[in-house]
Amino acid sequence: MFADYSLAELGSIFVMQGFSGLILFSVYLLMALGLAIIFGQMGVINMAHGEFMILGAYVTYFTSQFFLNYLPPLFPGYFFLAMILAFIASGVLGMFIEWVMIRHLYKRPLDTLLATWGLSLILQQLYRSFFGAREVGVELPEWMMGSVAITDTIEVQINGLFVISLTLAITVAVALLMFKSRWGKQVRAVVQNRIMAGAVGINTEKVDRYTFALGCGIAGVAGSAFTMIGSTGPTAGQLYIVDTFLVVVFGGAASLLGTIASAFSISQAQSTLEFFLSGSMAKVLTLLSVVGILMLRPQGLFTLKVRR
Amino acid sequence: MILSRKELIGLTILSLLILAVLPLALDTFRLNLVGKYLTYAFVALGLVMCWGYGGILSLGQGIFFGLGGYCMAMYLKLEASSVENTKIQSTPGIPDFMDWNQITELPFFWEPFHSLPLTLILVIAVPVFFAFIIGFAMFTRRVGGTYFAIITQAIAAILTILIVGQQGYIGGINGITDLRTLHGWDIRTDDAKLILYFVNALLLIGCLLIAFFVKHSKLGRILVAMRDKEDRVRFSGYNVSSFKIFVFCLAAGISAVGGAMFALQVGFMSPSFVGIVPSIEMVIYAAVGGRLSILGAVYGTLLVNWAKTSFSESFPELWLLGLGGLFIAVVLAFPNGLAGIYTSYVEPYVKRLLSKKTEIIPGGTLPQGSPAE
Repeated sequence: MFADYSLAELGSIFVMQGFSGLILFSVYLLMALGLAIIFGQMGVINMAHGEFMILGAYVTYFTSQFFLNYLPPLFPGYFFLAMILAFIASGVLGMFIEWVMIRHLYKRPLDTLLATWGLSLILQQLYRSFFGAREVGVELPEWMMGSVAITDTIEVQINGLFVISLTLAITVAVALLMFKSRWGKQVRAVVQNRIMAGAVGINTEKVDRYTFALGCGIAGVAGSAFTMIGSTGPTAGQLYIVDTFLVVVFGGAASLLGTIASAFSISQAQSTLEFFLSGSMAKVLTLLSVVGILMLRPQGLFTLKVRR
Repeated sequence: MILSRKELIGLTILSLLILAVLPLALDTFRLNLVGKYLTYAFVALGLVMCWGYGGILSLGQGIFFGLGGYCMAMYLKLEASSVENTKIQSTPGIPDFMDWNQITELPFFWEPFHSLPLTLILVIAVPVFFAFIIGFAMFTRRVGGTYFAIITQAIAAILTILIVGQQGYIGGINGITDLRTLHGWDIRTDDAKLILYFVNALLLIGCLLIAFFVKHSKLGRILVAMRDKEDRVRFSGYNVSSFKIFVFCLAAGISAVGGAMFALQVGFMSPSFVGIVPSIEMVIYAAVGGRLSILGAVYGTLLVNWAKTSFSESFPELWLLGLGGLFIAVVLAFPNGLAGIYTSYVEPYVKRLLSKKTEIIPGGTLPQGSPAE
């Protein structure tokens, strides 16, 4: 299969596919970060994660419409405000959901799966009723369009670069929050031993609520970033949920580094294979190898050795 | 003794309902719909076995339903694409979708489906074999709970993508359609549909009996013990993984029977019954009926599907809200589903009515401990 291409062409192909793999990596990582916090730290399976993302995407869409119609001179910068609004909207919804539903289910992780699946159906229908069934896309500001040519055969899109740098920034922020801040220490204490954490004066209920809200908020930001590379519809969230869970599980649920590594390997494998096989076969092969590796190493790539 | 007295009464009522009451009360079209729902009840029954009793939640039961259904559909399709039926094609004698996709030769994995006995064996054997591989790989390495659920879900996704992607070999997104005869017997007539309905109902009752047998056997008691305290069972010297593999394979086999009957009754099979969404919906049938109740699986399936059909006929938008609400309500308020509601609220009154004594039998307890975690 390599015979038809010259060496230089092959090099360019790998760089280009590698770059599109990097965009896919950012997408996976953004989706999986929120999920890794919720699933890895709290043990809650949030099947509505995709819908929280879509909420962020809709918020971004409406913000862009608002700027386009009422504040055209500020349009180039709308995205930064939209991202913050998306974080707040998804986070507040997440906090509400935690209070209504999730907090009753902490001892029954499999039931959170069913309940949040129900939630995702409800949210999908609400989006369809309020925002319409058709897909919406945002108009990108001028500076995000176009691409940068690196060599004659290699060029990269600016919006892709933007998504990648956004992902890096958010990942660093989450890592700092979880490992350096006082709040992150409280979260990890609650995860390790809830009763003891409560006994030393940590308000575990509050920590749970904010952790869940943070995970959902990050999902909102992910959705916001998505609008730059694709359109959004009410059911788009469901398409990503399996991939996202696999990324989290493959990396080892409680490990941030594992999530990054697994998002990277899955996305690179898929985008490289995609060039040589059909898209669906590439996906099948990638998922199959992930499942195969998980069968050999059920706890994921990066896990702490713990006695169970 | 495979049935307690209470279960015998319950099974008799259910058999009367699906064998006599429904066929007499409904017209052919509605009865066909019920027949279709009953094929899902096989899956719900399998889930009661492996989720309720074994504590293993599989989100990929659609895989086994689909594999069983596809095996049956492939046989029927080969019969429908005989040389004289397909003589307008460029290569007669192969299914029409292969012809459309420029495939001139029957792929090797279609060959066994020329023979009916072999097909009937494969309908069960293929899904059970898949379940064995998955179960063996997962349970001997002690993967369980949420991880198992997510991995089965991923496998369901893989299978759907694979089927959809292979347009030429297995019909792609359209599935295998236009099925006509079973060993020369036309399955599209009203008479045939009625017969298939009864065959389906009898098979379901047979599977219910198997489930009751397993539940009351020593195996069933070990399963429940394992669900509640896996380590203690392991320390008592039992090989926990082999019991889990067995119940997972059993559930797969039962689901596959449902899939095959689905292909026969509905006349087609498509990937929309294989993937994640149908698989999770099948979990809700079992959950609504009561994850610990074998008979509840059938009632749950009938009820949810009946609600789905009648709701989506009149208020298509409300249906998704209703289904979502049902998921949440069952999990939060009625973890043991209809069966739980029955045993805690209805049964005490029934008992009081039946026995003339006025004392209230202390009911209100949920059956057999808490659900698996």
